[in-house]
Amino acid sequence: MLAPNRNHAVPVVEALSACKTYGNGTQALAPTDFTLMPGEFVSLIGPSGCGKSTLLKLVAGLLSPTDGRLRWWRGGAEALDEPGRRLAFVFQEATLMPWARVAENVRLPLDLHHVARTEGDARVATALARVGLSRYARHFPRELSGGMQMRVSIARALVTEPDLLLMDEPFGALDEITRNRLDDDLRRLWSERGLTALFVTHSVYEAAFLSTRVVVMAARPGRVFKEITIDHDGPRDAQFRASPAFAEICRTLSDALLQASLASGPDQFETDAEVQP
Amino acid sequence: MTATARAPWVQSERFLQVVIPLAVGLVLLGAWEAVCRAWDVPEFLVPTPTRIAATLAADFGMLMGSLWVTLKITFLAFALATVVGTLIAFAFAQSRWIELSFFPYAVLLQVTPVAAVAPLVIIWCKDTTLALTLCAAIVALFPIIANTTLGLRSVSPGLASLFRMQRSSRWQTLRRLQVPSALPYWFAGLRISCGLALIGAVVAEFVAGTGGQGAGLAYQILQAGFQINIPRLFAALALISATGVLLFWGMLAATRLALGSWHESMAKQER
Repeated sequence: MLAPNRNHAVPVVEALSACKTYGNGTQALAPTDFTLMPGEFVSLIGPSGCGKSTLLKLVAGLLSPTDGRLRWWRGGAEALDEPGRRLAFVFQEATLMPWARVAENVRLPLDLHHVARTEGDARVATALARVGLSRYARHFPRELSGGMQMRVSIARALVTEPDLLLMDEPFGALDEITRNRLDDDLRRLWSERGLTALFVTHSVYEAAFLSTRVVVMAARPGRVFKEITIDHDGPRDAQFRASPAFAEICRTLSDALLQASLASGPDQFETDAEVQP
Repeated sequence: MTATARAPWVQSERFLQVVIPLAVGLVLLGAWEAVCRAWDVPEFLVPTPTRIAATLAADFGMLMGSLWVTLKITFLAFALATVVGTLIAFAFAQSRWIELSFFPYAVLLQVTPVAAVAPLVIIWCKDTTLALTLCAAIVALFPIIANTTLGLRSVSPGLASLFRMQRSSRWQTLRRLQVPSALPYWFAGLRISCGLALIGAVVAEFVAGTGGQGAGLAYQILQAGFQINIPRLFAALALISATGVLLFWGMLAATRLALGSWHESMAKQER
């Protein structure tokens, strides 16, 4: 389903020898080539310090590469935000405005782009319905559970009808049952909307469940270690989670992750982690 | 929410907040009265609370007139400090250079005692009300500048990235992100400053020593001291303290009104 056509389609994102060294000398990402095709769901996994968050932030345009470059739909960052080239980012935390009600939080990207009131109302309602929170539009974030706040955050990302959805360990802080449910929702949204998604996670199970392709990264310096394509055409549901095929994918990913850890440079205190600039 | 349904009204939070301090106050006043009577303390040293209350009633018109003068200066100074302090904070938050250049002078304003500056201000300004207002405003200014600047800078980094990714304009970021983030800090500044404005108004009047028609409570205290009318001195003192407490409560209520629905500090604890 939605198999990317590598021959004809324009890649959504290309990193061309992009590398990132922070001001304190930490090489977070060695020169890296990376391509994301339309309709792909790619997960980035790897030990801490492997630069997966850095790569995601480069793709989001939140960081600029020290050297090399990034292209979005074969163009520069200035063409982003045009119809067909929208991207949305979901953070590790829900990152909601505590003073604004759920509906106002979801509406924020539309307000910043001066979308008309009535059109905005309709789109907010649709986005909230998609994440199953229509009843909570008038609530404040602090009145919601962690999982519900995360769903608001996803609704805020979806409300712009993004073409590329970037997520930085969005469900890392949630319990397993909530996380599985959100993964189900996310996978369903992705297949319904024909999104392209780039997803950073610590969990091989999450990566195995969601992805069409998994990029395993190694640390010190941060780099792409291995890419694993997941060819599973059947539906991804609870049955898939319990299937031998899923267990096999998880084992492959775990092995690759272990190798990546062994291939990572020595864990020195001062060079550890994706240090913020 | 469930507390009212489950617990009797005696245990309601608001009731306790009012009744317990009030009870403590009454006990202390009773003890004061008893000690003064038991040892026959002379009135010109420590008058009894009942004597002070009687003086307050007897001199009510005069004292209320003075209270009005002091209140007027307090409110004018508080309003001036709020407007000027907030504007300065916005300027500081917009540019590191402005903050770097002028923050030390804001501190200078704070650390210079108003009693030392007041004579100058009084000489410069013909109008007494204006002079006193300026002095009181100087005292009340700094907490508003410091708190609001901190608040405007205390934006959650995640939300800041979100706004940046949405390519929000500087104005949008200020209005939709920085101002709401700063509100709790701004109100904290106002709560400190309203008390300081009152203190500034009283101190400035002490220094100015103005009498006659436009005499405030400080003048009444000075006069009562000269005349060894200690009960009136205490009555004026009680009025100043009561005003300060009421101002603080008013600001607290305003904060609750503005932030109650979302901010942690104002949210009721669920039990």
